[in-house]
Amino acid sequence: MSRTILVLADLRNGAVRNVTFEMLSAAKRLANGGTVIASIISNNGSTIDTAALAHYGADKVLVADDAQFENYVPDAYAAVLDAMIKEVNPNLVLMSHSAIGRDLAPKVAARFAAGQVSDIIDVTEDGGNLVFTRPIYAGKAFTKNTVAGEIVFATVRPNNLTAGEPDVSRSADKEVKVWAELSADSLRTFIKEVVKKSTGGVDLSEAKIIVSGGRGVKSQEGFKPLYDLAEVLGAAVGASRGACDADYCDYALQIGQTGKVVTPDLYFAVGISGAIQHLAGMSNSKVIVAINKDPEAPIFKVADYGIVGDLFDIVPILTEELKKVLAE
Amino acid sequence: MNIFVCLKQTFDTEEKIVVENGQVKEDGVRFVMNPYDEYAVEEAIKLRDANGGSVTVITIGPERAQEALRTALAMGADEAVHITDESLFGDEYTASNVLAAYLKDQAYDIILCGNQAVDDGSGQVAIRVAELLNIPHIGTITKLEVNGTDVVAHRDAEGDLEVVGGKLPILVTAQQGLNDPRYPSLIGIRKANKKPLANPGAGDLNVAGDIAKKSVVLETFLPAAKTGGRILEGDNESRVKELVGLLRTEAKVL
Repeated sequence: MSRTILVLADLRNGAVRNVTFEMLSAAKRLANGGTVIASIISNNGSTIDTAALAHYGADKVLVADDAQFENYVPDAYAAVLDAMIKEVNPNLVLMSHSAIGRDLAPKVAARFAAGQVSDIIDVTEDGGNLVFTRPIYAGKAFTKNTVAGEIVFATVRPNNLTAGEPDVSRSADKEVKVWAELSADSLRTFIKEVVKKSTGGVDLSEAKIIVSGGRGVKSQEGFKPLYDLAEVLGAAVGASRGACDADYCDYALQIGQTGKVVTPDLYFAVGISGAIQHLAGMSNSKVIVAINKDPEAPIFKVADYGIVGDLFDIVPILTEELKKVLAE
Repeated sequence: MNIFVCLKQTFDTEEKIVVENGQVKEDGVRFVMNPYDEYAVEEAIKLRDANGGSVTVITIGPERAQEALRTALAMGADEAVHITDESLFGDEYTASNVLAAYLKDQAYDIILCGNQAVDDGSGQVAIRVAELLNIPHIGTITKLEVNGTDVVAHRDAEGDLEVVGGKLPILVTAQQGLNDPRYPSLIGIRKANKKPLANPGAGDLNVAGDIAKKSVVLETFLPAAKTGGRILEGDNESRVKELVGLLRTEAKVL
């Protein structure tokens, strides 16, 4: 069956994030000749280069451009997405399972009395039905779900759906307009300030490589060699709960069943013993490297490659070696 | 200040998940209050202690879920509501409609919830409830201040921190770092065990419209087991060289 699918572009600092292309590629496949519509809600919406959205599958791009969209305000974004949905009447709405999508999808789904499946890592078609795969218990198990209804919402975990080869011959119409009148009193929450925090400069949820530290780093300063390694790799820095609880780093970095669940291509677990709670958040990473002094640490049971030894000796050598190799 | 907390009983995060006959096995599993909901309960108690009023905790779930409510009462919550009517069980869509149906008849100033449950991790119910009640929400908060009707919260937005303002009535969802949940006191546990729980059913709640679940689980499965990989031997320099080589040529991730 052919479908109309609306994809909310995931943006960071005015740029389109890769998960958007992953969603568009999936949408193109699932539309079965129907229409794929990309949506942009931004304070620089009109200036965003939308050509790539078409290359990955968008047939049409809807743009909301207003200074009010500089930061995410649920009432503002919901009003726009609501209006876009009413205009194009999609069967499926895809959003990234990131800070905005996680917050916005259930809000708008509730308006449409629609079902939602969160944090999907795959979507296939079976007998005309969409079948969504998602982790439960932070990846200790998975389910395949169908969702009933005229319109279904799904949030997509970055790094899991595959972005197809871009087709540069494709183009899309762009419709820029005011989608909803946003009077000040219609927005019931407002952003007073945004404080950018350091997570190694790369966002954990979308990072291809993550360097994570545990109690073994011993102190806030102990994270320094991990940041150095992450910088060479263009990686994000994460942490186990132990490291966060010990105040070696901010909770924003925590990976685990409480905390963030990540699926990078490469995960360095440094000074992390591998409590089941942490493993739940990272064990579905494609390749895992463990560096730990304790040869009995459970982390070695899930690691593809392990080095038993002192992280303060090994990590700096690794950083230097990578600098050399990656420069070649 | 009338404070409500929606909470859920979940598997202890230390539990190993076993799938049997296509379902996650619950026998012999230790259940706890969802860790994110503990932050919500703690914050609610602190708010009440600072402003007066009462804290009511609500859950939907089978008889065993009573334990999570008792824990919240033992921490210091005043009242508890346990919805055990199985006709009101379903998915996130069902749960949010049921909770909203209950809450719309209550006088609430603020509703607190965990930002997600550690079992299904979908993070939908709380935000849906806010929308159904037509009140604003602030999600994934790590700090909360209420002065009169003014609310200021710190929101964790993927590493960035947003300082968000709003007004009561409002719903907020708790993120790790919001507070350190207290342990129930012995006297609290004793009192909590004697406390009657309200138990509204479908007839009491006046749930409007169709609340049947929309999501159907076709299959539940475990990830492929990891067997443990290769422990590299040798001095540090050679092991590091070997590792980098393997990551490039074998794993192809560099």
